[in-house]
Amino acid sequence: MSTWNDERLEKIVSGLLIAGVLLSALVVFSGAICFCVRHGGELADYRAFHGTSEKYRSISGIMSTARPSDCRGIVQLGLLLLILTPIARVAFSMAAFALERDRTYVVLTAIVLVILLYSLVVAH
Amino acid sequence: MTNLEFTPLVFLISAIAGLLGALTGLGGGVVVTPALTLLLGVDIRYAIGASLVSVIATSSGAAAAYVREGYSNIRIGMFLEIATTLGALLGAFLATRTPTGILSLIFGLVLLHAAWSSSRGRPEDVAGKPDPLAERYKLNGSFPGDHGPQRYTVTRVKSGWALMFGAGTLSGLLGIGSGALKVIAMDQVMRIPFKVSTTTSNFMIGVTAAASAGIYLSRGYIEPALAMPVMLGVLVGSLVGARQLVGARVKVLRWIFAAAVGVMAIEMIISGARKL
Repeated sequence: MSTWNDERLEKIVSGLLIAGVLLSALVVFSGAICFCVRHGGELADYRAFHGTSEKYRSISGIMSTARPSDCRGIVQLGLLLLILTPIARVAFSMAAFALERDRTYVVLTAIVLVILLYSLVVAH
Repeated sequence: MTNLEFTPLVFLISAIAGLLGALTGLGGGVVVTPALTLLLGVDIRYAIGASLVSVIATSSGAAAAYVREGYSNIRIGMFLEIATTLGALLGAFLATRTPTGILSLIFGLVLLHAAWSSSRGRPEDVAGKPDPLAERYKLNGSFPGDHGPQRYTVTRVKSGWALMFGAGTLSGLLGIGSGALKVIAMDQVMRIPFKVSTTTSNFMIGVTAAASAGIYLSRGYIEPALAMPVMLGVLVGSLVGARQLVGARVKVLRWIFAAAVGVMAIEMIISGARKL
């Protein structure tokens, strides 16, 4: 009896996606409250592009800035969690295809995963 | 404008964009960028960074509802995601090298297409010649029909794949989900039933967007203070919109939305041309 099939895979994947989005929305929201309380009176100006601070541009930078003293760092952590959600979904699908013993789809999914990780880690 | 005024305003605009995007099936990302640049004068690079993030949120948030209905095809999605993520990488690299005037112009053209396609109804499902590649990669599937599971076969896999690469490139270049193009590739080219196409497309959008998000992040396009109200607003708007889908007078709404998107398209083209 095969306990792994596409239907079950899709159900778990959908739960994973919901959890990821909720968690990231919660973190972003708390960062937003923090930001509005601390920096509410400052001017918002995004007319000229300078690029956001260097510390918010990498995983290591975000990990070290995301604390209560840095509201934008908290928001960025939430956004990073959001970006990681579909990547986790792909990683999970790969494991599930492996359990289904579907070698073709393990390879196809691995390719997608490598492309995603390349963008997040190597392209810096 | 201070942050205390700017943030709620952006949230409100994004929520409306998300609501309309969900009601019409176009996605919120495609309207949020022109709204931010045209109404609030936000630089297009910050706008597409924030929009891309919101695209991941809505795609992932809506996927659960779609999966429960049993229409999406996870294999078709994964197979085509190789094309869309490669395209998204290319698009994101191009975005960092393309003058903002050109970006606005391309955005305007994509909006024109969105306006046109949203004013049309859903096309009829037509079966085509089965493709041996579809058999090899197990793309053929079934979905719950009125009289039990209905089987379908997939055609023209290579053309569909190529078009998906293009959809990915646009997604990475403009920070949009490019759901409309994905649906065309699946529904019109590969002859996948419309419902399967739309739900699978939604499923793929998040992964496609995640592929360019890393590059956007490293180039400083994702500004937390701007992305936070956009992401939360579009997410809330689209969740409300998805619930309202049944019963809403979608036809009237489609026309209003098509007209609004058409106006935005022309404005984007004009503002892009001015910068050239």
